[in-house]
Amino acid sequence: MLRRHLLKLSMAVAVAGSFVAGTAFASDPIKVGAVAPKTGPLAGGAAVTHWPNIQLWVREVNDRGGLNVGGEQRMLELIEYDDQTNPQETIKAVQRLATQDNAEIILAPYSTGLNLAAAPIFHRLGYPQITSTTTTDNAADLSSKFDTLFFTLGTNSGITGDAAKVFSDLREQGVIGNKVAMVNVADAFGIELMASAKPAFEEAGFEIVYETSYPLGTQDLSPIMKAAKAANPDAFVAWSYPPDTLGLTEQAMIEDLQVGAFYTAVATAFPLYIGKFGDAAEGVLGIGGVNTESESFKDYAARHKEVTGQDPDYWASGMMYATLQILEQSIETTGTLDRPTLIKHIKETTFDTVMGPMKFDENNSNPSFWTVGQWQGGKFKGVASTGREGVVPVVKKEGWK
Amino acid sequence: MRFSGDDWRHIAIAVVLIAIAALLPFGGNAYYLSLGVNIAMYTALATSWALFSGPTHYISLATAAFFGIGTYVTGIGIETTPYPMLLVLAALAGAAVAALVGLATLRLSGIYFVIFTLGLAEMVRQIVTWWQNQAGSKGTYVLTNLTEADIYWQLLGLCAIVWATGWLIGRSRLGFALRIIGDDETVASHSGINTALVKVALFMVSGSVAAVVGAMIAPRYVYIEPASAFTPMLSFQVVIMALLGGTGRLWGPLVGVIPFTLLWEVISSSFPNQTTLLLGVCFLIIVYLLPKGFVGLLQKIRMRASGESARDEALA
Amino acid sequence: MDILITGIVLGGTYALIAMGLNLQYGVARIMNLANGEMLVAGGFAAFWLYTGAQVSPILAIFLVAPVTFVLNWLIYKIMLRPLVKRAKTRGQLEADSILATFGLAFVLVGLMIWAFGGDYFSYSYLSRPVEIFGSNFGLNRVVAFICAVVICGLLYLWLNHSRAGMAIRAISVSPSSSGLVGIDVPRLSAIAFALGGAVTAMGGALISTFLTLDASTGVLFTMKALIIVIMGGVGDVRGTIIAALILGIGETMVASFIDPGLTLAAAYLLFILILLFRPEGLFGRRLT
Repeated sequence: MLRRHLLKLSMAVAVAGSFVAGTAFASDPIKVGAVAPKTGPLAGGAAVTHWPNIQLWVREVNDRGGLNVGGEQRMLELIEYDDQTNPQETIKAVQRLATQDNAEIILAPYSTGLNLAAAPIFHRLGYPQITSTTTTDNAADLSSKFDTLFFTLGTNSGITGDAAKVFSDLREQGVIGNKVAMVNVADAFGIELMASAKPAFEEAGFEIVYETSYPLGTQDLSPIMKAAKAANPDAFVAWSYPPDTLGLTEQAMIEDLQVGAFYTAVATAFPLYIGKFGDAAEGVLGIGGVNTESESFKDYAARHKEVTGQDPDYWASGMMYATLQILEQSIETTGTLDRPTLIKHIKETTFDTVMGPMKFDENNSNPSFWTVGQWQGGKFKGVASTGREGVVPVVKKEGWK
Repeated sequence: MRFSGDDWRHIAIAVVLIAIAALLPFGGNAYYLSLGVNIAMYTALATSWALFSGPTHYISLATAAFFGIGTYVTGIGIETTPYPMLLVLAALAGAAVAALVGLATLRLSGIYFVIFTLGLAEMVRQIVTWWQNQAGSKGTYVLTNLTEADIYWQLLGLCAIVWATGWLIGRSRLGFALRIIGDDETVASHSGINTALVKVALFMVSGSVAAVVGAMIAPRYVYIEPASAFTPMLSFQVVIMALLGGTGRLWGPLVGVIPFTLLWEVISSSFPNQTTLLLGVCFLIIVYLLPKGFVGLLQKIRMRASGESARDEALA
Repeated sequence: MDILITGIVLGGTYALIAMGLNLQYGVARIMNLANGEMLVAGGFAAFWLYTGAQVSPILAIFLVAPVTFVLNWLIYKIMLRPLVKRAKTRGQLEADSILATFGLAFVLVGLMIWAFGGDYFSYSYLSRPVEIFGSNFGLNRVVAFICAVVICGLLYLWLNHSRAGMAIRAISVSPSSSGLVGIDVPRLSAIAFALGGAVTAMGGALISTFLTLDASTGVLFTMKALIIVIMGGVGDVRGTIIAALILGIGETMVASFIDPGLTLAAAYLLFILILLFRPEGLFGRRLT
């Protein structure tokens, strides 16, 4: 009697086990294609913002058993390519991922230039291209031409407009006067930000007492800093790239530039910045910012550090991860990898991400993004945004410790 | 100019081959088409490069400078000027800059010329960005309705023009002068050939072709940035491909472009994390094993084959 | 006044970048396009030693120099010697060496990425101000300048007051004739190349104290170095130093008086002008 029960029980377990085993081994993995710089001028930035997030996401999804596509658990198989910061290589790699590798998901590339070069082909193939490292004022034109293209990081005018606002607030508090020294790196991003910032600051009542551009890769920024200091500004703004962000900050320390507000652009939000300058970075303003009190962000940052060994940056890293979450949630909610369905879903839904709720407007653009952040107490806190929660007040820059 | 029977045969073969190449977009495989665009682009660049550097033995690394100028001509003019006009403007701009550079560098020998042209791309880039900065540019977008196939056909057409030009030059007095210059420049100048003018003229040809290529590729970039328009890598790739194929023949560069592009593609796709490393290794292998390019290799094989047959005859 | 000092200090930086290349091209006749990568490698080594073992970059130089000397010596012997033997004319050697070292540059970038990753690296060392004649300058730059002076000075003394140095100078004038008078050209060329590589790496270690580098930034330095070496005239250490100083002061003046956005254009203009009036460079020899 007992034996027959045991027999039935073991048979039931065996059958149940084969069911489980059957479903676990029956599904093919989903091929996920990713192309971004591993070499070339933008490799440094991609190594901080782009690749670690992909590594984190794939690991977490696979640890959970994969993505649930209409009831089927499918693991992610990552295919990576290095586009060497060359748009033609990006285009070729996307093409390769679609036609040779049969990738069902292709992640958006890194940076404005490479994403825009890839936009026609993403559009032609119909893959959703949810960018996280592209800033443009032309979202309306671009999304009407490429309806597969989505923007999360915001617009140049948002960045510069809010910078002008933050500086105005500081002026109203009596922290700074109205004299600003403004410089920019002579590369596409720097030029565009400068073109948009100058009128914004002037309209806000600031007088630009020193302005100049400098070539990318300038080895000696001291003439610029000396000239800026000589113009006696109350505030300093630089639309700069990582090497010159670090260089200008160092020069400001050497010259002991006494301003109530000091702003450098790209890479101010990188862990590298606080790593190099430590306490001296206190009060420095830059592009980006996060709600450092947000539980979801804190959790994300901890996981990022644990899985990849490095901290996320405080501008685009979180956005990049959010775009991966959007993809994941779209696939699991619609239960399919069918691209038109996914795109429709992405356009219509509000997603819950590590950066908070995210919804795309009629130009496929995320209207709420962080614009200005400030190093306060060793954290890069968001002090201005176009609609994100958790904005903290901005403080004065108290010299260089 | 009279064409011999042989000439007509060569022209016919070339036309047939080009017609076959033009069928690529109809094959339906977008991946091969994108490779085709790359090949057509590099062939136009490498062949026009070889038109100048082959006879004069001056290695020009200025290709990126002209290419960049061309992309910016399209980038800036796309909203206001009709597209075909942009191509003409790019050609003129390239020729003008090449003329200036050519005249300025005439007295420079070998290596000085190389370094000068290398820095040229950087300098042009700086000037363009400085000017853009002054003008307060809000981003250079190129949004057109041109498809990959359109770009491919345009580049193919440009290749045909370059080959035709090279072929005609080879049969003209200019070509004759070039051969003499290549053999012995002192003799050439003593024979009354204006070596300076010849060199500048050829440099202008290669400069304007490179600019037109840039203008045609701009729609593919969609967003024009100085870094991608003036990338020095481009100059080196063109040189390597032309030298790989061999500059002794008009079709030499083509024979270099195709395997090189395919090799690049194989390495990029198979070794994403060691792409740069393996590309470097391949360059080294090419330099060591194929000093005269495929053309040279072919000649060696032919010589050996005819040497053997001559020997066989002698022994018979 | 401070423009002059800034310019001179910048010139010192440039001299560090270009000195090694001058030795490699002037003597060994190798136009080394991987020069910038060797510089970045030196910078990486200094970064690694500083952040990992708290070793000051000044001391790191003494570790970096012998290692890169041997490395470059091996590169010459294994990679470049076959090209030298194969080349029938000087022009062909130059062309071949450009292509080969271009491939080498790729290999070095690939190796550095594999070893260190693609991130930027930067550290703060001596980034305090030091006051000279009433203006502030970065101490790290000034120290780098002093080291550059010492290194260039030692090189100059060695090249001009030692037998080996004289032999090397002879080779840079004419390799074939040097061979005729019993100078071991292959051996000394290898030593010159190795020495050039070591000097470049030392320069990289010093520069990393005040510049941000990553594995792909080598190419910028190569271009600057090439301009300086050609402008100064190949083969003479003095030429490189003078050209570097002229470039440093010129760029600083343009940045201060005209527009920092035109520094490279100005450098280039200087380059063109010098070559127009002296096609062989400032201290170069007219090629027969």
